[in-house]
Amino acid sequence: MARFSAWAVAKNALSGNRNWTSQWRKPDPKPSYDVIIIGGGGHGLATAFYLAKEHGIHNVAVVEKGWIGGGNVGRNTTIVRSNYELRPNALFYEHSLKLWEGLSQVLNYNVMFSQRGVLYLAHSPGELDAHATRGNAMRLHGIDAELLDRDAVARFVPQLDMSDHTRFPIVGGLLQPRAGTARHDAIAWGYARAADQLGIDILENCEVTGFLKKGDTVTGIQTTRGDISAPKIGVAVAGSTSEVLRKAGVDNLPIESHVLQAFVSEALKPVLNTVVIGAGGHFYMSQSDKGGLVYGGELDKYNSYAQRGNLPIVEDVHTMMLALCPQFAKLRLLRHWGGIMDMSMDGSPIITKGPLPGLYLNAGWCYGGFKATPASGWCFAHTIANDAPHALNAPFTLDRFNTGYTIDEGGSGPFPRLQ
Amino acid sequence: MLILCPNCGDRDLSEFSYVGDATVQRPNPPEARPEDWQSFVYHRQNPRGPHRELWQHNGGCRLILEVTRNTLTHEIVGTKVAGPQRAGSGT
Repeated sequence: MARFSAWAVAKNALSGNRNWTSQWRKPDPKPSYDVIIIGGGGHGLATAFYLAKEHGIHNVAVVEKGWIGGGNVGRNTTIVRSNYELRPNALFYEHSLKLWEGLSQVLNYNVMFSQRGVLYLAHSPGELDAHATRGNAMRLHGIDAELLDRDAVARFVPQLDMSDHTRFPIVGGLLQPRAGTARHDAIAWGYARAADQLGIDILENCEVTGFLKKGDTVTGIQTTRGDISAPKIGVAVAGSTSEVLRKAGVDNLPIESHVLQAFVSEALKPVLNTVVIGAGGHFYMSQSDKGGLVYGGELDKYNSYAQRGNLPIVEDVHTMMLALCPQFAKLRLLRHWGGIMDMSMDGSPIITKGPLPGLYLNAGWCYGGFKATPASGWCFAHTIANDAPHALNAPFTLDRFNTGYTIDEGGSGPFPRLQ
Repeated sequence: MLILCPNCGDRDLSEFSYVGDATVQRPNPPEARPEDWQSFVYHRQNPRGPHRELWQHNGGCRLILEVTRNTLTHEIVGTKVAGPQRAGSGT
């Protein structure tokens, strides 16, 4: 398959763009592979790509029940950041951000990574102190962070209502300049195309219906396209983790599935040049390259597998948006949807060997999975290839809930809806 | 989404707050093993389909209800007042 380049674009333009080939093959399943990855989302495709690129394992299948780009990788709000305070999270997400910075070149696919900054607003002196603590922790881990006072926030985001009598008065903010946004579809298509070029079979419309087991050991999968066996099977299915692993006989995961809603407004000329997270972290917004405001708020806060939410959150989100930027009241809502989050019991992910012999688990991404995609795949590939975690994902075990080493960034306790 | 409160009738979702999975059993301290506590605190069935869960009608009568709701369709199959002493009450 041809590499993308300015030359290729010009050459294909001359022939009316009729000669582009498909981005990845549509192979039939082989009876066996060295590794099967269940889940053709960003994390699964990234895992397959890094298995081939970093570890030389090319005989890999990625099985996807729908189509590439149809799951959460196409349903998120595209924010990429590494502004975490706890050491395991800070190191992991910063590794991810560094992978993002070179990703378009590595994949030969423009993922439109735009380091426009992510600004967390502070609405009280106490919240600004908490942001300062977080910013200091980030800088100690080598991550960029700048504490902005009220005037600096007003200069950086002129659209914010800076008056004193608003519901959320702004006293300052914490900016991560290297954070930003990326194109959600591009990460799925880019990893799929790059993995395919390294010989990996991407099997779409291939739903896992069961697992082949010898005793406790998982030896393969049953799918709607036939049985496939492999000595190593990685599961990266986000909100469906509990349901997929139940088919293997595992039903005691520290995960609940919750719905998170997202919104896009009609397109408008550039008004917002960064990502703003405000109202106590309960609201976020950015502007896409197409011009629409992309924004959202909190979970609906009850278990859900429905990819749609309820109206109270719709009202909450818009109330917060208009408190911060009253002028957006004239905007019309263009699209609105929900995605299913695999909320873990401490708000941090799980990338580990197990829970059964032959199985490897990548789950618990809560609503932060998009930014983690490169590092998640990179660490999961390392874990599968070496049968041992990399130092970056060693803390993200399943066992941490039993040993007391939870990684609770929000300090919310074992309540997934509050993470 | 409307939730049927045995006291107040069909009421809007915004009047209720979610308490959590109703199927987990708090271990009995004298005989409970650490694994029982781990299970109680952390492990969830998380089904796609009917789910027994607790909601509090804190914008109304403040009763805690046990609601059986389909997590895929949001359909509410049944509600009753939670707790063994009130088992069978409600609808």
